[in-house]
Amino acid sequence: MSRRDRLSGNEAVAEALRQINPDVMAAFPITPSTEIPQYFSKLVAQGKVDSEFIPVESEHSAMSAVIGSQAAGARSVTATSSAGLALMWEELYLAASNRLPCVLTLVNRALSGPININCDHSDSMGARDAGWIQIYAENNQEVYDNLCMAYRIAEHKDVKLPIMVCQDGFITSHAVENIVLNEDEDVKNFVGEYEPENSLLNPECPMAVGPYSVTNYYFEAKRAQAEALKNAKQVVLDIAKEYEAISGRSYGLFEEYKMDDAELAVVIIGSAAGTTKDAVDKLRAEGKKVGLIKIRLFRPFPADEIVEALKGVKAVALMDRTESYNDTCGPIGADVTTALYRAKSDTLAINYVYGLGGRDVRVEDMEKVYADLQEAVDNGKVVNPYRYMGIRE
Amino acid sequence: MKTDISKLSLDCKWNELTEGMQIYGSSTSVEFKTGEWASVKPVIDEDKCIHCFMCVPVCPDSCIVVKDGVRAPLDLNHCKGCGICVHVCPVDALRMEGAK
Repeated sequence: MSRRDRLSGNEAVAEALRQINPDVMAAFPITPSTEIPQYFSKLVAQGKVDSEFIPVESEHSAMSAVIGSQAAGARSVTATSSAGLALMWEELYLAASNRLPCVLTLVNRALSGPININCDHSDSMGARDAGWIQIYAENNQEVYDNLCMAYRIAEHKDVKLPIMVCQDGFITSHAVENIVLNEDEDVKNFVGEYEPENSLLNPECPMAVGPYSVTNYYFEAKRAQAEALKNAKQVVLDIAKEYEAISGRSYGLFEEYKMDDAELAVVIIGSAAGTTKDAVDKLRAEGKKVGLIKIRLFRPFPADEIVEALKGVKAVALMDRTESYNDTCGPIGADVTTALYRAKSDTLAINYVYGLGGRDVRVEDMEKVYADLQEAVDNGKVVNPYRYMGIRE
Repeated sequence: MKTDISKLSLDCKWNELTEGMQIYGSSTSVEFKTGEWASVKPVIDEDKCIHCFMCVPVCPDSCIVVKDGVRAPLDLNHCKGCGICVHVCPVDALRMEGAK
């Protein structure tokens, strides 16, 4: 049924990949994701997986190789972070437009510059418009479970899009936590075999992938791609339901922590959600009605569901672990505020930029955020809707 | 399984395109009449033509072929009007004319 172990996030990813046994991994090392292809190549050398490991000359080549092998009909995977993801930027768009259900295990790390190897979400957030499905984890258990579900989501006939399974660099990837793992047989049966309807290595029906399209077609092609991403939301829920049956662990589009009667809420992605839960528990013990929404599926963005979850909330803090340089808001700030505006919500919203370059998030910081929200409610308005948390200013 | 590219005309809607713009089947380029793009086309004077086949290998779109030992009638479905055939003909049997 399951076994207990203690693993870091990267070890958990390698373990999931061992159980999934993909056809091809093409990867280039970059801190803090290096251990993923490192552990996996060891498994390949030991014959513990049947996978083909391609050590490529750069991340640009890694994604190019993955696109080629996926189009050929092979279940493919790569891993990267930060500048490595940035180097594969043009290919990300191609993996999505060519409707190739490959997996990228992303270990979130700050984009340069200045050069920094620690956690923030600037890398994956920078790629949020590439058309990939994006799923985030709070801890090693979640990244392991998300990876077990990844191919089933991506390969679904209504979706067929690439998927990015994200975890926080060092905080999750390198910290050892207790974890519950599925049995090999359960993962194998759950993921199943990859049976693409069409592939390049099918002599019965040759095919062309990734054509040129004149102006008369490009716009319609992109619209068709958007429809597939729309479908991903329901598929994520359906696959999670199936996964619950074999693992006992349930997942949705986001986690609602003590949101039932919450008047103040925080919306956040990643490991800092764990810190925020401590702040929530502490404030709840003091009688304050606070709660947390931890986003799991960020692309496509579950706008309607978030609006529903924020009903009755008087003020919400939207936490972005990246700076969008638009002098207005961050990615979560943009998406949630848009959803609230369309729903004509009167929930006050404060957008915070936090945790850049691995800047530590403390329980006291999040308690202060809830205090800021209370202040806004007391004043009936938000003075300065775009703030920085945890910075020396 | 072959994609029917006649269904992918310039007025097809977004949900009528193939998935990921993939094209299934081989030799689909034969059915895509790029000859519609040309503004001039070659015309051959059969009386002058000596079937020397100088024009055959230089056509980039294989519009002039040899069949049963003679130069076959021109298949201009993929002719883009480059005029190389006219240039190499030793007896001036070919000339370019404005196409509609």
